[in-house]
Amino acid sequence: MIQIKDLHKSYHMGSNSLHVLKGINFNVKEGELVSIMGSSGSGKSTLLNILGMLDEADTGEYILDNVPIKNLNEKIAAKYRNEFLGFIFQSFNLINYKSALDNVSMPLYYKGIKRKERTEKAMHYLQKVGLAEWSHHLPSELSGGQKQRVAIARALASDPKVLLADEPTGALDTKTSYEVMELIQGINDEGKTILVVTHEDDIAHMTKRIVNLKDGIIIDDSKVEQVRASLHV
Amino acid sequence: MFSRDRWDEILEALNANKFRTLLTAFGVFWGITILVLLLALTNGLKNGVTADFDGFATNSMFMWTQGTSKPYKGLPKGRYFNYKIDDVAALKSEFPNLKYVSPRNQLGGYNGANNVVRGTKTGAFEIYGDYPEYINQQPMDILQGRFISYSDIEAKRKVCVIGTGVVKGLYDKDEDILGTYIKVNGVNFLVVGTFKMSNSQGDDEQDANTIYMPFTTFGQAFNRGENVGWMAITAVDNISITSLKQQIFELMKSRHKVHPEDDRAIGHFDLSEQFERVSGLFSILTFVGYFVGALVLMSGIIGISNIMLIVVKERTKEIGVRRALGASPWTIKSQILQESLVLTILSGMVGISFAALVIWIMNTILDSVGPVQNFANPSVSIQVVFTALIILVVSGLLAGLIPANSATKMKPVDALRIE
Repeated sequence: MIQIKDLHKSYHMGSNSLHVLKGINFNVKEGELVSIMGSSGSGKSTLLNILGMLDEADTGEYILDNVPIKNLNEKIAAKYRNEFLGFIFQSFNLINYKSALDNVSMPLYYKGIKRKERTEKAMHYLQKVGLAEWSHHLPSELSGGQKQRVAIARALASDPKVLLADEPTGALDTKTSYEVMELIQGINDEGKTILVVTHEDDIAHMTKRIVNLKDGIIIDDSKVEQVRASLHV
Repeated sequence: MFSRDRWDEILEALNANKFRTLLTAFGVFWGITILVLLLALTNGLKNGVTADFDGFATNSMFMWTQGTSKPYKGLPKGRYFNYKIDDVAALKSEFPNLKYVSPRNQLGGYNGANNVVRGTKTGAFEIYGDYPEYINQQPMDILQGRFISYSDIEAKRKVCVIGTGVVKGLYDKDEDILGTYIKVNGVNFLVVGTFKMSNSQGDDEQDANTIYMPFTTFGQAFNRGENVGWMAITAVDNISITSLKQQIFELMKSRHKVHPEDDRAIGHFDLSEQFERVSGLFSILTFVGYFVGALVLMSGIIGISNIMLIVVKERTKEIGVRRALGASPWTIKSQILQESLVLTILSGMVGISFAALVIWIMNTILDSVGPVQNFANPSVSIQVVFTALIILVVSGLLAGLIPANSATKMKPVDALRIE
């Protein structure tokens, strides 16, 4: 599903140049649940941003679902993001003046789907994350866990190939974190490819494979025995 | 471009901060109100002033004779001469573009000595000898009877038409006027009509104290012979009298042995030129109205632009999220543009309506207190409203342009990082 070859990225700040990614090679197959770990500054967020086409690599190859991702203009990048990717953020990033339902239907709106179908689909995904009754509430009326569930429903709405989660439990307490992870595991069980960036060991061990990043290179990439989040709830 | 979803998006965004939206809208509302009101007031002033010309054949001039200032063909300078009645026929045949040529003679003057007697009553009035066409150049309402006619001219009938002031001065209330006689400078005239000037503003009293009689009768009764005091000349509608007048003067000079370069010998008053001047003044006033109004409106537009910039800045992260979800830069840009457009047009429409209300109130007050000197019926035409709307659309787009561009300038990754 994802093939990455010799990916380099550096940031320039004035005369200083910060080499963040120093040749990343890794592949993700369909249906995998991968966590990317590393301390802050290890380049894990940068890697995720490049995977999410929010940022571009300096050199290297990135192939997503057999489509080479390079030299994108913003218009095409937006189209690819809409078709291929679903984002889950640490701070949820829901639009605060839109109801849960409208938030979930946003990717569908940008995909150009008609209102009726959009609402049906959005409702379906809200049901999936167990928030059907909350569909007309504003984000401010939801708890942190509920907000993240809405965000997950939103990421799923356009039926993307890959879910990219940037510290999805970073703003949640342990119990809620496990609930969210349980949901993510459930979605993975249905066959969705998911990448999770985290720095928490217990969260990482709930995935099936851990990629460890340090100073811009992968120091460890191993499959792990998945801990089911449901055991902790 | 404006689907229902778009409307929802726009209204949601504008509703997100109602008070700010309202304050921003007020700038444009106020600008367009002032623009429309300025134009309406200019129009009111114009209506008031041009009411003086109303109905009057404005493409006219008056021409009289003065002493010559140059000797010519053995005649000395300082010579006085008169137009003759056959000059009128000459002018008409030489210049087919002249609509009316009315020779006129006058007797008595405002504040002159008493010159009209009826029984025991006397009065000082202005007495004119005129042709029937004159009523087309200076419109008047015939209250009773008729104006002078060509059969009066041909038969040199001793008839006259008198103004309301003359009626008041010479007759008792409810007395029959038509068929009575008045004595003008010792000659009896039959009253065949009474009139009132249609557009008297300012000269009411003078106009009312006027008596018209046939030109030919006047000449015979008061010993003017073939002489013509002055002429009122009107050109056809699409040819300006101003462009014809020099040729007319030349003809008159050659017919009366006046030196061709003697400009002092012929006096004239070009009403068309005066009217053009007044019209020109109002064109300038209208321009000033647009200019000042547009400037005020512009500060409103800048207000919108400013607020949209702040809104875009505040929503940087939201815009980042939208782009992560698949919004293309154009989608974002057009949304910002449409938000500013909707805000501008809505507040502009309210402004236009408000201005219309103010104009209506003004008109109602004017109607109830009666006519005001030099001001009447302030109003704007539908064209002005459309122009204002076009200005609004253009300025709404302009106001959104900079904010829309700045909304997509930042890379999505940076936009998402902002807290």
